[in-house]
Amino acid sequence: MIQIKNIFGTRWGIISVGGLIGLLGVILQKLGNPGNMGICVACFERDIAGAIGLHRTAVVQYIRPEIIGFVLGSLIAAYIFKEFRPRTGSSPVVRFMLGVFAMIGALVFLGCPWRALLRLSAGDGNAIFGMGGLIAGIWIGTLFLKNGFNLGRTSKTHTSAGWLMPLTMLGLLILMVIFPQVKGEAENGILFYSLKGPGANHAPLVISLTAGLAIGFLAQRSRFCTMGAFRDLILFRQIHLFSGLLALLVFAFIGNLVAGQFHPGFAGQPVAHTMQIWNFGGMMLAGLAFVLAGGCPGRQLFLAGEGDGDAAIFVFGMIVGAAFSHNFALASSPKGVGPHGIAAVIIGLILCLFIGFTMRKNNT
Amino acid sequence: MSKVVDARGLSCPQPVIITMDEIKKQISGEIIILVDTDTARENVGRAADSQGWQVKNIQNKDDGYQITIIKA
Repeated sequence: MIQIKNIFGTRWGIISVGGLIGLLGVILQKLGNPGNMGICVACFERDIAGAIGLHRTAVVQYIRPEIIGFVLGSLIAAYIFKEFRPRTGSSPVVRFMLGVFAMIGALVFLGCPWRALLRLSAGDGNAIFGMGGLIAGIWIGTLFLKNGFNLGRTSKTHTSAGWLMPLTMLGLLILMVIFPQVKGEAENGILFYSLKGPGANHAPLVISLTAGLAIGFLAQRSRFCTMGAFRDLILFRQIHLFSGLLALLVFAFIGNLVAGQFHPGFAGQPVAHTMQIWNFGGMMLAGLAFVLAGGCPGRQLFLAGEGDGDAAIFVFGMIVGAAFSHNFALASSPKGVGPHGIAAVIIGLILCLFIGFTMRKNNT
Repeated sequence: MSKVVDARGLSCPQPVIITMDEIKKQISGEIIILVDTDTARENVGRAADSQGWQVKNIQNKDDGYQITIIKA
């Protein structure tokens, strides 16, 4: 009999981790990150895609150290607590496509679930529609889960395979050191750096990386997941993960009030638009894709850090999806949805339904 | 003979779903659940607890865990 006490796996554990993420979101914004974007997994992976030239939208190009920290922090926690388990093989190509369309949906709304919560906590009313869409997408996903949707089992793989995503992140960090940002220059070596727009707004590298590492470490311990929060509430009436999500919202709200970053309204919110049907639709697509893939974008990074190769594939899917979003004018901007954003959301929803209806497996 | 639920290699929330399915089938007794991640171990334990079942025993088994839950 083994008794493993994981204090972060308790109710108070998940609440304190959620609260800390909310507060760090507010603080990172105060220290330079974009408006209501102290932390956004989707936006930050999109910025990374831009920084390495996968898309050339000049205003969103920066290797976000927070993302690197999330993966490496989770890796460190997984090793300390002997939870690093290299595994892969559960429909990787499906997970890649889900990652692509999750990102496309998130960039039509302009944010991942974490940012949706941070936007809400700062008074951005448009996020209400995004959150509504997210919940609707997750609810549709739970119907598939109830009907036996399953992407198949993973199997154990080489330790080195589990290291590929952490090594990729380490590589990005090394690139930032070799080719650092030069004031007034849009490029250094192979990296692109935004001179204006959200990509130009960032907290100092060391602070971003440290915050990322702390969050990665704690989120690995607590299994924090915003999609799981709603999914477990809908499927099992369980409030465990949901209490973490609520803590994020409440602490970010208090933090924003104190920091003077609370500005209620709909029009003119930072990096947001007011086309509510597509705020809803974009996040509905993202929410559905998250359920089918088994985690919100943050959770996928933490899983990738603890050796889950399928989560790593989802992350790569999201980065490629960000490139598609900007190269094919799918992503929204403060002016509204991109010229082809609506078509992409519809295609994504059809693809997710196709995946949900056709991929069932007997578990036993 | 207790029923064995093999949730190894399944991603979230499948281990909980198939454990719950088995709990619904059995009013009482003993169920053994095999999982291979710590997240699944915690989630299964929490789910069993919410249904009035007790985690009797958790053992290391083949790079994973064997969880025994009971209800009198």
